[in-house]
Amino acid sequence: MPSYLFWLFSTVMLIGGAAVIAFRNPVASALSVVTCFVGLAGLFIGLSAFFVGVIQILVYTGAVMVLFLFIIMLLDLKDEEKRAKSLAPVAAGLGLVVAFFVQLIGILSRSPNLTAPALDNPVLAAAAAGFPQNSKIAISLNQGKLPDVHLIGHTLFTQYNLPLQILGVLLLVATIGVVVLSKRQAD
Amino acid sequence: MASLNDYLLVSGLLFATGLAGVVLRRNIIIVFMCLELMLSAANLTLVAFSRFHPAANGLPDYNGQMLVFFVITVAAAEVAVGLAIIVALYRARQTIHTDELTSLKG
Repeated sequence: MPSYLFWLFSTVMLIGGAAVIAFRNPVASALSVVTCFVGLAGLFIGLSAFFVGVIQILVYTGAVMVLFLFIIMLLDLKDEEKRAKSLAPVAAGLGLVVAFFVQLIGILSRSPNLTAPALDNPVLAAAAAGFPQNSKIAISLNQGKLPDVHLIGHTLFTQYNLPLQILGVLLLVATIGVVVLSKRQAD
Repeated sequence: MASLNDYLLVSGLLFATGLAGVVLRRNIIIVFMCLELMLSAANLTLVAFSRFHPAANGLPDYNGQMLVFFVITVAAAEVAVGLAIIVALYRARQTIHTDELTSLKG
């Protein structure tokens, strides 16, 4: 990814993140989270993680944030904007951020700085040798494309089959839990 | 080309933003959104490492992206349950302001 795109998407993401805590109105905060996640998806796609980028848009901004907006509008939160802001939490939050940032700079200045390894045609063609001759992955790799979704599916259903099924059970449990929680308790 | 440290710096900043939001906001829904920001910052770190430390065959390391996939799915389940808890809380107390939820205070 060209450098200016990286900084563009990072700026969108960080401004969105800062706007989440700056806005008093919860709906504006939720829309800022959407902005932040769109920038983040751009960064994912710039890292050649196309599947994760699309999932970020579909699941996070498409489903999760709409659920947030739905709940915000379901609960009537009009008095939120009238509250006076106390100083102590703001100072604590800013102090935490500054401490975290100083530590981050200290670590990053000492850690080795890598540049992205090449993902060009020779690398992809060499990787194709590890897959069966006429499989879709090998054909795409030989054409110089990165078959991101196929590779993720391959990894998911070979190495991560059991965690995937456990995840299915988790989603089922969450669904049942939400139904139980949202049932109106008998008075 | 952006280097690995650029990605780590940006994701660290996003994490710090989420952490600040959890500390200084009092609306429990905003706190919950900031938790999502922190999870996403961790995801960005994972994807950056998967790209910058390729697997033995030269492709990005897909084990890292598997973890991102699982984190996103678990976060979606967490949001569903958490929002149901917030709605139940609002029904019981008529507030989602964390300063007013002091039943457990001694």
